[in-house]
Amino acid sequence: MSAILSVRDLEKTFGSVVAARDISLDVPAQQTVGIIGANGAGKTTFVNMITGHLSPSKGSILFEGNDITGLPSRTITRLGISRSFQVAQVFPSLTVTENMWAAAAIARGRDSIIARALTPLDTPEAKTEADAAMELFQITRYRDARAVTLPQGVRKLLDIAMAVAGSPRVLLLDEPTSGISIEEKFGLMDVVMSALKTRRITVLFVEHDMEIVGRFADRVLAFYDGTVIADERPETVLANPRVQTFISGTKPAGEGAVHA
Amino acid sequence: MASRGTLIGAAAFAILAAGAPLLPQWLVSLSTIAFANALVVLGLVILWRTGLVPFGQALFYAIGAYAVALLGRYTPVRDVFVVVIAGAVCAGIVAYLVGFLLARYREIFFAMLSLAMSMILYGVLVKTETLGSTDGFHVEAGSFFGWRPQGAMRNLALFWLVLGCCAVAAVLVARYFRSVAGALAIPVRDNEIRVEFLGISVDRLIHLKLVISGILAGMGGALAALAVQHVDPQMAYWTTSGGFVFVTILAGAGSVAAAFVGSLAFELVRSIAVDLLPGAWQLILGSALLLTILFLPEGLGSLYARLRRRKEETAP
Ligand SMILES: Nc1ncnc2c1ncn2[C@@H]1O[C@H](COP(=O)(O)OP(=O)(O)OP(=O)(O)O)[C@@H](O)[C@H]1O
Ligand SMILES: [Mg+2]
Repeated sequence: MSAILSVRDLEKTFGSVVAARDISLDVPAQQTVGIIGANGAGKTTFVNMITGHLSPSKGSILFEGNDITGLPSRTITRLGISRSFQVAQVFPSLTVTENMWAAAAIARGRDSIIARALTPLDTPEAKTEADAAMELFQITRYRDARAVTLPQGVRKLLDIAMAVAGSPRVLLLDEPTSGISIEEKFGLMDVVMSALKTRRITVLFVEHDMEIVGRFADRVLAFYDGTVIADERPETVLANPRVQTFISGTKPAGEGAVHA
Repeated sequence: MASRGTLIGAAAFAILAAGAPLLPQWLVSLSTIAFANALVVLGLVILWRTGLVPFGQALFYAIGAYAVALLGRYTPVRDVFVVVIAGAVCAGIVAYLVGFLLARYREIFFAMLSLAMSMILYGVLVKTETLGSTDGFHVEAGSFFGWRPQGAMRNLALFWLVLGCCAVAAVLVARYFRSVAGALAIPVRDNEIRVEFLGISVDRLIHLKLVISGILAGMGGALAALAVQHVDPQMAYWTTSGGFVFVTILAGAGSVAAAFVGSLAFELVRSIAVDLLPGAWQLILGSALLLTILFLPEGLGSLYARLRRRKEETAP
């Protein structure tokens, strides 16, 4: 099985801080990968490098066999890797529908700015696409609400729905359930994951809640201090004593601290 | 299919064009300048919708004006259509070039950098003796496809020319506002990161806006030069830029029509204020702006929207 996304020896330093190091992995198409790790472990840095928000200090990133290392984020988006954000990024003064139109219109057009100035925003195709996306992510009943007024969960859904507008093959979700109550988390993830399954999108999602990771991930990457300390099936990773010590905060029964 | 706004706009232009011969001379001249300047304001509206306010738009205004003046001085080209297009193109080219730098800045840095560039041009114009230094120089009267009207007829012809340019600009800018690039103004203002991650370059979107606004300002400057028949470095000075920003805030960024109404209102208030209180007209204009910001924060343009909303609310 060939990988849709391959990462080799990825490293990122900020001055003397090493935010990522020695990261190498392959993600097969349509896999759902959970990313766990304590605060500051380097999860967002990893997502930022893949999506072009940060340029790696070292290493390479291949998407569908092509080297995308260091390309600008909009180019990577257009190639087929999209993302959502730890803090939902939407257009607060527009309504949900207008947010989706903007996303659909940007995704459909060609790269030329002149061409963008000559195509109307609200084409019937963009409208149909926006309607379909709102249905898929179950936010249609908020369609006329301004994004600034949305409850946190809906804003997260809108952020993800916008990211999916460009029909990405790979989607990275940075903490899709952060800021959402425990009761709502599973509901939100159910909506998101089933939507992404129907679109056959390869997903990498960062998540602090181990129950959610266990339920939705096919595979888990555990980050610690900028590097991946475990990369296996969820049940294996979650039972790993190092992971339990450094990440989930639950020391394994009958054992002391395990030194790295 | 024409929208309601387009129909109202077209009717307004037609009435102005047909009624111009009945208006007093001074009002025709005043409206000519007001609508030439409205083109500059329309360009500012484009930028303001994304949250950008250039304090040096007079740069492009002066380039359009000097292009016309120089053509009259050094070439036999006199046709108004040709010189106005030349002024707009020159300003557009300069906007394209400075855009590579300007489009990377936002907020106060954008405003100040734009101001700095206009002051450089001002400095150059003041120091260039062949261009008349601070006095500037005379602009040759234009011809309209060989026709050379004089006196009142010339004023009327220029007014019609300005109206025609405004009508074309209004239609094109309204269309631009509905395009992907134009409609993304608010998304850019709201959240640049999201726009970039949807797959479009914010800097390039802003660069295009700069070029469009530069072309409009150049066209406005070219028309103003023809109307006044004189250019001087004052056209590039920061107070000129400030005046355009003033009218933009007065007009609001809500619609294309607001730029024209706002500019006309500004010139009228100014001229009446100068007549009534020659020593205190700035006071009156300042108060007008203050009241606008306090009571109509979205500009004069929002008045129409408010009235319409009220009508809809009271409708059975
Ligand atoms: N732009 C930056 N400049 C300097 N240091 C940074 C920058 N971005 C991240 N870091 C550092 O890199 C390390 C990894 O940060 P990162 O944001 O990737 O962690 P994270 O795993 O996403 O944490 P969290 O769970 O809190 O979101 C941290 O020590 C952080 O302080
Ligand atoms: Mg993070």
